[in-house]
Order: sequence, then structure tokens, then C-alpha cells
Amino acid sequence: MTTTINNPVMRPVTTVPVPVTTYLTPDGQLVSSVPVGASYADGSPLEWGGPLVPGAVVLDEQVAPRASWSGVVRAGQVLTIVDVGGNQSGDCLLYNAHDTDERYSAPDTLAWQDNAYIRTGTVLRSNHGRALMTVIENEIDRQDTIGGACSRESNTLRYGHHVMYHHGCRENFLTEGAKHGLGMRDIVSNINWFMNVPVEEDGALGIVDGMSAPGKRVALRAEIDTLVLISNCPQMNNPCNDFNPTPLRMIVSEPDVDYEADA
Amino acid sequence: MAPAADHSTDTVLNARADARAQGGQVSDWMPYLPASTSPFCPEDVDAASLTWAETVAPGSYTHKVLARGTRFRLEDPTGEACAHTLVYNALEPTERLNVADTQKIPWQAYLGTGHPLLSGDGRVLATIVGDTSGRHDAFCGTSTAAWNALRYGTALPEGPAPAGRDLFVKAAAKHGLGPADVPPSVSFFQGVRVAEDGSFDWVGSSGAGTSVELVAELPLIVLIANVPHPRDPRPEYIVGPLRVHAWRTPETNPTTQADERFDAAPEVRRAYLNTLDYAEARGL
Repeated sequence: MTTTINNPVMRPVTTVPVPVTTYLTPDGQLVSSVPVGASYADGSPLEWGGPLVPGAVVLDEQVAPRASWSGVVRAGQVLTIVDVGGNQSGDCLLYNAHDTDERYSAPDTLAWQDNAYIRTGTVLRSNHGRALMTVIENEIDRQDTIGGACSRESNTLRYGHHVMYHHGCRENFLTEGAKHGLGMRDIVSNINWFMNVPVEEDGALGIVDGMSAPGKRVALRAEIDTLVLISNCPQMNNPCNDFNPTPLRMIVSEPDVDYEADA
Repeated sequence: MAPAADHSTDTVLNARADARAQGGQVSDWMPYLPASTSPFCPEDVDAASLTWAETVAPGSYTHKVLARGTRFRLEDPTGEACAHTLVYNALEPTERLNVADTQKIPWQAYLGTGHPLLSGDGRVLATIVGDTSGRHDAFCGTSTAAWNALRYGTALPEGPAPAGRDLFVKAAAKHGLGPADVPPSVSFFQGVRVAEDGSFDWVGSSGAGTSVELVAELPLIVLIANVPHPRDPRPEYIVGPLRVHAWRTPETNPTTQADERFDAAPEVRRAYLNTLDYAEARGL
């Protein structure tokens, strides 16, 4: 199955959801070490959506299932992220594009707003307490920044050592971060767009079935020039991708009107 | 402070004598060396076994490299301490506290006895093995200069309301680590709880005289900033002294007395297995 997006602004990208690592068994069969179903099943509903704010589109790209992405959103520009297949976690880290020692801080974001969830109006703050981006539109109830990123290593804790060679978001962050001179020490607690992590009364916390749907979106206005890292989560052992990893669409717009932060 | 007139420092010898005369004084907050001389040695600990004894000043910080198997107890003698804490694998400090995994892997947001402090590398850096406070926080991190300037009107590192992050940056620098090496932290002795709508309910301190005790499961760099919790609702910068004592014990291992910790949950068991695997391979 192949999906190509017909959009004159968009860089032509073709998604080919097939296993990428194979080996030959003694009886001559070609088998993949990538988990079965690690990309979306035929017939999955895909809603590619469009920008959440009116204005000129300056960048429009799709992120294949399991893949990483990065881009710089200039101050005043708006990044719309489309959950194309629904309930697809977009793990996300933000950095000051001119000084990456200043980066997204989940605790500062939460402490400043006095709330554990990201919603419309949430200011995504740096480790200096400064606004990096603001959530100006959001089409699901709440977004997560507690659940962190999956990794080879943490997968062994959650599911067992048999999943050691599954792909993970931390792998994606390291791959994508290396393009910008970022390494292990730069990977901190992240945002998970379209992922659902409730905190219950007794402190029980976990990734549960998502509240998103095909075509749901979130829009972020950059307050300063912001480097955005995305891992289109490849996780196949919990419901963060509905066990059916789908693409994301990243659209950067120059908005026609100024959006005021609610916070 | 004594005025300059009380000092005779016109020559090197006089200056030396003057400086030396200042030794032996006692402060409410200071390290105790050797640690065995601590005036506050916990009753259930053999003073001779102590490897770290200190009372950390309000608004200040401390840091130490601890051997694997060290047990360290933080005490809040006044009910006003707030121990913002970071831990790193001392052998490879890119391995450090990962707050998200620390909450997600045990399926529990609130820190308490038995809770592992996990790194992002699937290993346990430290385990909470004792807790008489129950008021801790892994959501809000520590304060920044911007936050303290907003809350208290000042955040100068040399002033009366230093920010936790600024103290962490200095403590980290003393171990060769830079500002980018200061990740989200946890705090002990001042708690918040998450309400149904996600808002934080301030529960603060459970009172004077509580303690929390941890075991170093690997050689650790420990950084502690003792500053007000960022959600402390009081308008003043209020924080009390923090007492620290450490001594050597066996690390968590299926062959030690710590079996119950090792087998508490399948996720944690595998985290200890990963930790022991690393230690074995490194010859620790």
C-alpha cells in the first residue's frame, strides 16, 4: 500500500509501510524483525486535514509511521500537527533554535499553569520558564506531557526483554537530534500529542486508549524561533498508537491574524 | 559579622593568625567531618559507618558522589525543607534521573517507599526505602530564576531567593556537567496531588521530623537543592534546613535482604535485573 499526497506546497514524500529489516529463515522464508503491524493496516481511515489557522503555508510535510522529523518554526509562525490516522502519539521536544541548552521543560510548563495536562492556552515553557510555543487551537480534550517517550530500554521494563530490538521514540529523538548536534543529555521529558495519560485519585498513572480520531489537530504558535523534534511513535505494545501506527502531517503557516495567548 | 576593627590583619602572619582563629566555630548548617562526628547521627545508624553528614542551609545546595550500596537519609527537622533532587550514574553521567519513566514504569505518580528512581536507560539509580513524610512531588520540578523573580521579586543566586535550577547548575558544574545536564528533578517533603481536572492541589509538608531514605543502586552523583517548592502558595520564600546522613549497605540484589524490593513488581524486577547486569559487566 502506497500513499502519496497531492499538494503543490508539500515536499513529495511517499509512505511505504513495509517492514524494513528482514532475515532469511532456514526454510527459506523472509521474516521481519519489526513487529507485525508496525505500520497501519490496509483500509485504515486516514484524514489528512489541513492547517488550523488561515494564512500562507510555508512548510507542509508528512511523517511516516515510526519515523522522526524536525523543523524550525519561526517566532509568530503556527505549526499545525494533524493526527492523520487517529490516536497516533507524536512524541515532541522543543528547543530554542539559537541556543539548544534552552529546551522544553515539562515541569516548568505544568508548574506555571498549575495543571498536569496540556490544553488550549497552555504555554509550553523552557527550562528557564520562558514561553517557547503556545497551544492556540486543540481538537482533543487534553494532551499529555507526563508519559515520556518509549525506548528500547524502558520497553524491556514494561514488556520484557524480548522487545529489546523494537524501535522506540528515544531512538528517533537521538537520530533526529544528532542532525542538530543534540545527544543523550538533550533528551528530556517530552510532550505526547494525541496520547492519553490520566492521573487517578490514588496516583495511578498510565497510557490508556486515546481520545483522538483521524484528522484531529493541535496548533502551536512559536513565541521564539523553535526547533521542533518529532518522533512518530513506533510503539506496538501499548495503546498510544491504537496498535496501528499511522502518519502525522506537519504544517507551518504564517497566520493572517495575530493569535493572543490565553494564559 | 565582626567589624574590621576586630581583626588584626596588617601582615601575612597576622592575617594567618586571624583566619586560623576562626576555625572550630559551629553553624546551624554545615557539613560534619569526619561524618562520624555528626551531632545528629540517626539513632538506628552506627555513627562509625557514616560517610556523609551535613545540614544543608535553607536556600542552598549540596552534592556528593556516593558508592553503590550507600543508603542516604534526608531529614526535615523543621517541616519546611524541600529537597529537590537529581541523581546520575557517576560512571556515565549521561545516564540520569528520568522523571517520566520514574512515574510511568511503576504506574504510579506519587513517590513513596519502594518507588525506584529510574534513569532513561532502563535501570534503577536509587530506590526509596523509607518514607515517613509521604509528601513528595515528581510533576513540578524545581524553581527557575524567572519563576522566583515573579513570586519573590528576586532570584539572584547570591540573594535571598535563589532558584533551584540555578543551584543545580552550579552543583552540576562541580562534576563537570553543564546546564544542559540539568533535567527535570523530583522534590521531597513538599507535595502536590493532581485533581480530576488536572489542577495541582497543594498538600505541602507533613510536619517537622520526617525523613526519606534512599539506596544508591549504582555509583551516583547526587545533587540536592533545598529551596521552596515552586507551587508553595506562601508569598514569602520559606524553606528550612535539610539534614543528610549516608552510610554503606548492600545494594538491592536478589541475594540480599532486599528480596522484597527486587520482586515487588515485574517492571521493577526487570529494572533491577538491568541494573545488576550493568554492574556485573562493569565489574562493580
